[in-house]
Amino acid sequence: MTKRTWAVLAALLVIACVLPFVLSNYRTFQAALVLVYAIALLGLNILTGYNGQISLGHGAFYAIGAYTAAMLMDLAGFPYWATVPVAGAVCLVAGFLFGLPALRLEGLYLALATFALGVSMPQLLKIHQLEKWTGGVQGIVIAKPDAPAFFPSIGLPLNQDQWLYFFILAVTLVMFLLAYNLLHGRVGRALIAIRDQHTAAEVMGINTALYKSLAFGVSALYTGVAGALGAIAVQFVAPDSFNVFLSITFLVGIVVGGLASLPGALYGALFIQFVPNIADEISKAAPWAIFGVFLIAFVYVMPTGVAGAVRILTARRKSP
Amino acid sequence: MTFDALMLQVIAGLATGGIYASLALALVMIYQATHLVNFAQGEMAMFCTYIAWALINAGMPYWGAFVLTVGIAFVFGVLIERLIIRPVENAPVLAVVVVFIGLLVILNSLAGWIFTYTIKSFPSPFGVQPLFGVRFMSPHQLGSIGVTVVVLALLYAFFRFTPLGLAMRAAAQNPESSRLVGIRVGWMLALGWGLAAAVGSIAGMMVAPIVYLDPNMMGGILLYAFAAALLGGIDSPGGAVVGGLVVGVLENVLGAFVIGNELKLVVALVLIIGVLVVRPSGFFGRVHVSRV
Repeated sequence: MTKRTWAVLAALLVIACVLPFVLSNYRTFQAALVLVYAIALLGLNILTGYNGQISLGHGAFYAIGAYTAAMLMDLAGFPYWATVPVAGAVCLVAGFLFGLPALRLEGLYLALATFALGVSMPQLLKIHQLEKWTGGVQGIVIAKPDAPAFFPSIGLPLNQDQWLYFFILAVTLVMFLLAYNLLHGRVGRALIAIRDQHTAAEVMGINTALYKSLAFGVSALYTGVAGALGAIAVQFVAPDSFNVFLSITFLVGIVVGGLASLPGALYGALFIQFVPNIADEISKAAPWAIFGVFLIAFVYVMPTGVAGAVRILTARRKSP
Repeated sequence: MTFDALMLQVIAGLATGGIYASLALALVMIYQATHLVNFAQGEMAMFCTYIAWALINAGMPYWGAFVLTVGIAFVFGVLIERLIIRPVENAPVLAVVVVFIGLLVILNSLAGWIFTYTIKSFPSPFGVQPLFGVRFMSPHQLGSIGVTVVVLALLYAFFRFTPLGLAMRAAAQNPESSRLVGIRVGWMLALGWGLAAAVGSIAGMMVAPIVYLDPNMMGGILLYAFAAALLGGIDSPGGAVVGGLVVGVLENVLGAFVIGNELKLVVALVLIIGVLVVRPSGFFGRVHVSRV
C-alpha cells in the first residue's frame, strides 16, 4: 500500500471513531449495521468476487450465524462477545460442508443450488421439533449489551449504542485485516487464478477442490460473524427476517460496491443500509423496484461497481 | 396410511406436478435457446396471472381473459428479451444472474405496488361439481391436468412440425449455421422468450386457484420447477415434464405422510442438490463434455 492509502485509511479510522459522539443514537446504530453488512459483503465477495462462485443464498449463513449467537445467549448464557467466534466457527463448518457438493457445480448451477438454500432457509428455521431451541416462528429476543465498567472509570461513559458500535468496529477492523492478508498472498492468488482460468490453475498445481470449498467455508465464516453481530445489534432473530431477499440484498451489495474489492464491501454496505430509505422516498410502495433498477443499471453502466468507478477517478487525477 | 389417502395425494401431486412441468418447460425452453436459467420466470408468471385477475375483475369472461393474458405474456416475454436480456447476452454468468435477479425483484415489487399485497382468490374455470363421479379428483385438478396436456401437445407439434418451430430449434442448437441459412437468430431467441413467458403464464393461472394470488406465490413453485427441470435434465423438454410430475407427486406424498407440510420446500432443496451432485445431467439430459 502506498503512503497515500495509509493516510486515507488513518483518516477514515479517525472519522469512524468520532462518528458515535456526533451522531444520534439511532444514527450510531445504523452506522453499526453498515459495518455488519460490510463484513457480510466481504464474505460474499471472497466467494463470488475473488473465487467466481456465485451464491444467491448467503442469507442462509447470515441466519445460521445470527441463530447461533442468539441461542448461545438465550439458552447457554454465553456473554455476547463469546458468541461471535462460535458463530464464525459453526458457519465455517456449514459453509465448508455446503461447498463440497458445490464443487461439482459451476456458474448457473451453483446459483440455483444456493438460491434453493436461500429460499428454504426460513422453513428450516421454523421446524417444529427444534422449536424449544429456536423459538419457532416467534424467534428469540436477546438483551442489548452494556458497555464494560472500565470505560466510565476512565471518564468515558459510553451508552449501549456507542459501545456496540465500537465493539462491531473492532471486529470489522480485524476481519478486514485478515481478509487483506488472505487475499494478497498465495491463497488470494490461487482463488483468483481459479476464477479466471480454472483448468490452467489446476494444471499449475493448485488444489482447486480444496481452495474452492475453503473459499466457501471462509466466506460463510465472515457472513456468519456478521450474522451474529447483526443479531446482537438488532436484539432479535426470527425466521422470516432471513428470507431470500436478504440473500438478494447481499448480492446487490457486492455488485454495487464492486466485485473483488475490499473497499467495495464498505461502499456496498453503505448502499444497502441507506439506499432503501432513499428508494422509500422515491416510491413508498415499491422500494424493491428501485433496488432492482439500480441492480440492472449497475450491470449495464458500471460493471465494476462503485469501487471500480473510484479507481478510475483516482487514476485519472494522478495522470492528467 | 390407507390406499385411498395415498391415491388422493398422488393425484393431487400429478395435478400440481403438471403445473410444475409447464413452468419447468418454460425454463428448459429458455435454457435451450440461451443456456441461461431464468430466475425471473416465476415472477413473470405471477405478474401475468395478476393481469388475468384484473381482466376477469373488469368483467371479461374467463376464457377470453385467459387467451388475452397468454397473448400479453408472449409480448411481454419478447420485450424483456429485446430490451433487458439482449444487452448482456455475451456478458459473464454473474452479470446475467444479477440481471435476472433484478428483474425478479422489480416484478415482485411492482405487483405488490399495483395490486397490493393482500391475498386474492383466483377463479377456476372448471367448476366445483365432480366430473363423471370421479372420487379422487377435484374438477380443477382434472382441468389443470387437461390444460397441461393440451399445452404440451401444442408445443410438441409446434417444434416438430412447423417451419418456425424448426427454425427456433436450429437457432438454439447451432446459431452460426442457422444464421448462414438465413434464420434470424436474434428474433428466434426473442420468440423463445415469448413462448416461455406464455407457457409460464398458463402455469400461473392454473396454480393460482390452489395457492391463491399474492406477489410471493411463485417463490416456492419456481423452486419446484427448478427441481423438475434439473431432475429431467435441464436441456430435455420431455424430461422437464416427467420431472415435473415426479416432483409434484413426491412433494405431496412426502408432505402428507413423511415430513409434514411445513418442510415441503426442503424437499425441493434436497432434490436440487441431490440431482446436481449425483447426476448433474438429470435423467434425460445430455452429458456435457468440454474441450480444454
